[in-house]
Amino acid sequence: MIAPIVLLVGIAFVAAIILGIAAKVFVVEEDPRIEAVTDLLPGANCGGCGQAGCSSAAEAMVKGKIEVNSCVVGGSETAEAIGAFLGYDVTGAEPTLACATCEGGYRAARKFHYSGLQDCRAALQLYHGYIRCENGCLGLGSCMRACRFSAIRLNPDSGLPIFDPERCVGCGSCVAACPKGIISLVGEKTKILHWNQYTQCLSPCRQRCPAQINIPKYLAHARRGEYGAALMTVKDRNPLPTATGRVCPELCATECRRTTQDDPLAINAIKRFVADWERTSGKRLQVPIAADTGFKIAIVGGGPSGLTAAYYLRRLGHEVEIFEMMPKLGGMPFYGIPDYRLSEEQYQWDIDGVLELGVKAHTGVKLGRDITIRSLKAVGFDAVYLAIGCWFGRLLPLEGKELNGIYSGIQYLRRFHTAEEIIKGKRVVVIGAGNVAMDCARSALRIGAESVLLIFRFSRDMMEANAHEIHDAETEGVIMRCLVSPVRFVGENGQLTGIEVQEVTLRDSAGGMPEVLPVEGSDEILDCDVVIQAVGQACNLDGIIEADGLEKTRYHTIQANEETLETNLPGVFAGGDCYTGPRLLVEAIAGGRFAARSIHYYVTEGKIPPIEDRQREMMAPALVDSLVNVIPTPTKAIKPMIPLAERMGTFSEVERTITEEQCQKEASRCLNCGIYCYDQSDLPQDQLRIAKSCPNEPHIVEKKETAPAA
Amino acid sequence: MDLFFLAISATFVNNILLAQYLGNCPFLGVSKKLETAIGMAAAILFVTSLASLFTWSVFTFVLKPYGLQFLQTLTFILIIASLVQLVEIILKKKSRTLYNALGVYLPLITTNCAVMGVALLIAKKELPFSEMMVFSSFSAIGYGLALILFAGIRERLLISAVPKSMQGTSIALVTAGIMALAFMGFKGMAS
Repeated sequence: MIAPIVLLVGIAFVAAIILGIAAKVFVVEEDPRIEAVTDLLPGANCGGCGQAGCSSAAEAMVKGKIEVNSCVVGGSETAEAIGAFLGYDVTGAEPTLACATCEGGYRAARKFHYSGLQDCRAALQLYHGYIRCENGCLGLGSCMRACRFSAIRLNPDSGLPIFDPERCVGCGSCVAACPKGIISLVGEKTKILHWNQYTQCLSPCRQRCPAQINIPKYLAHARRGEYGAALMTVKDRNPLPTATGRVCPELCATECRRTTQDDPLAINAIKRFVADWERTSGKRLQVPIAADTGFKIAIVGGGPSGLTAAYYLRRLGHEVEIFEMMPKLGGMPFYGIPDYRLSEEQYQWDIDGVLELGVKAHTGVKLGRDITIRSLKAVGFDAVYLAIGCWFGRLLPLEGKELNGIYSGIQYLRRFHTAEEIIKGKRVVVIGAGNVAMDCARSALRIGAESVLLIFRFSRDMMEANAHEIHDAETEGVIMRCLVSPVRFVGENGQLTGIEVQEVTLRDSAGGMPEVLPVEGSDEILDCDVVIQAVGQACNLDGIIEADGLEKTRYHTIQANEETLETNLPGVFAGGDCYTGPRLLVEAIAGGRFAARSIHYYVTEGKIPPIEDRQREMMAPALVDSLVNVIPTPTKAIKPMIPLAERMGTFSEVERTITEEQCQKEASRCLNCGIYCYDQSDLPQDQLRIAKSCPNEPHIVEKKETAPAA
Repeated sequence: MDLFFLAISATFVNNILLAQYLGNCPFLGVSKKLETAIGMAAAILFVTSLASLFTWSVFTFVLKPYGLQFLQTLTFILIIASLVQLVEIILKKKSRTLYNALGVYLPLITTNCAVMGVALLIAKKELPFSEMMVFSSFSAIGYGLALILFAGIRERLLISAVPKSMQGTSIALVTAGIMALAFMGFKGMAS
């Protein structure tokens, strides 16, 4: 009787001792936090996070390899507990969500009769199911069945999966289930770092927009009254929607396929509406910020490009500081655009949106005078972004250029926003026909000039300004004379009294710009007391080049690699006007995000991966013929304008924002264009162009809709 | 030659899963994906061989001399459980890669019937050392073989047309039955 007890106790005792010793001898040095985090995890060992069990997941979380909200089972409560323990801001760690890259338009077209198994993998092996598309979704719902959290359902109209962001935990089961590989997990970082690729399904407007805003998506949100979601879509690409909504020349609309039928969509008017919707509400929508990375980035230049780079770098978790030479942030749109187009207060809302993320700004600090690139690096900045813009207004080297009363367009416009005295004139002559020239001319009228004459040495159709700017300037009373070239400035006692001009004719020449031929004997002197020359802008790089050895191009812009925006100095990037030459606001914004991408990869990984199949040119449209079935509905979103009488003497805004009703009506005119979609010719008439959900946003669920019980 | 016959017998004829129906839980549980099935098979092979060695030693040198064979089930459980724990601790320190590869499977098979079954069968047959080693390792190989084959079939089943009432575990059990029938074909080859 004793023996068995002794034996069992003995074995247990020996085992205990061996295990005890082993635990001491083979102890693995572990971060004590790992154990604590393991305790916080549910302990299901399910592997849903992609790690081998909960302890591995805890280890990865402590080391920062995976996000604290990676646990599929624990949900947000667990994530918050772990985040609080590890000292992360969990609200900032936005989860990755599943998203289908197939945005194929109207998928009702069934090319084949298919009665096989309702499973994408089986269908792919047989005959591709109903529809054969090399790239797209088969629509048989294998992802829906693979989802353990009922986060996926199929849109009955489009056949595409819809992902419920509330239920999606980012486990990746659907990614594994999809045989076409079109589902991916998308987080904030991916969105910020992504650039258009030829392999994507992109509507023409998205291809044309320099900032690559997902236009069909925000229009779809606006159509349904989800202005917050619409604005967030814009802000994924453009942090300055109030400014762009007012001054952008709408390159996107030039590609809008509605133009073949009626009018292009008033895309920018809708952007302006949603931006103003947030601004007038006074409550800013919160954007997620990634956990701190510990890298410090200096941005030189607080203009649109610098602000954009700061915005996205901050959202990627870096510490950002802006150095601006002027007393206020905002750059050219702040100092160069008159208040009647974009007021300081309106633009300030966008600027504050960047600063509120925790971006530090130093104003009145000039590169080359107060700081150098070397000094920035010496105080611990890991990378520097130069977005110093083109602040030097070119002046014509004509006789009499030293007379008082001759200004560049930039000098003239800037004074409306600084403490300097505003330049007033009775008879003002503006040279040039770009947007800056129009701004100068219209501003001069507003501060009481008796006459404003705008002279341009080429023909009227070659004027660079936006068509509606030219039209507005003329209605306000600016007189335009084309084919007139300035010859010299005339003055008395050092004071300008007139400008001698000459009529010219044009002759076509082989290399682009036509040749200008003067007309003999057509000289005349135009009386004036102020001449504003809006004939181009340049960068002033001399100070920086001397101090730091930066390379410049023969156009006096900063030399940088087109694919990465890296300059010849390591860790120094350049973008915006100082790299491209004077360009549009939206192009500066695009440059800012591109720089943010390069800098993010540079500081975190040391090298910048090239963008595969980067979309540069417009892709060939594939669906134009199907537009015959679209009912013509001319645009009703004409921005209200204040009457002429109210414009003079004040700088109150000329164009106003459209109404909510106009916004929704206009957004519903969107055709949701794609490129890889199916030909619709087999479809019955009544099914054409009636998709209820925008295909470009498959991962956003229509909240208003009563979803079927999952 | 005897050892060769023993190996064939343990792997195919008396396959621990399909002829003796031991260790059905992981057979159904982790056979949905080929990848996990392979991981499990490796873990089974490792633990079975090691556990048999220890239980055989205890049985031969402790239980049998003192006539305590009736305690074999209890002692074996104790030994296998402690052994797996010990192995896990050592692996974690010494071979991180192997530890990560076996992952959650190690603790899962601590009290697996197949491991236990092999140990008890060895005790029952009172096999000598060399035969014990061959029997235990080839039993585990037979287990792994069945598991991997089964996982392959289940992956195919996932994309085949299965009547609704038969989907999931039902069809898996039917498949297991058919596989067992197929393995009956080995009967009489070697015993």
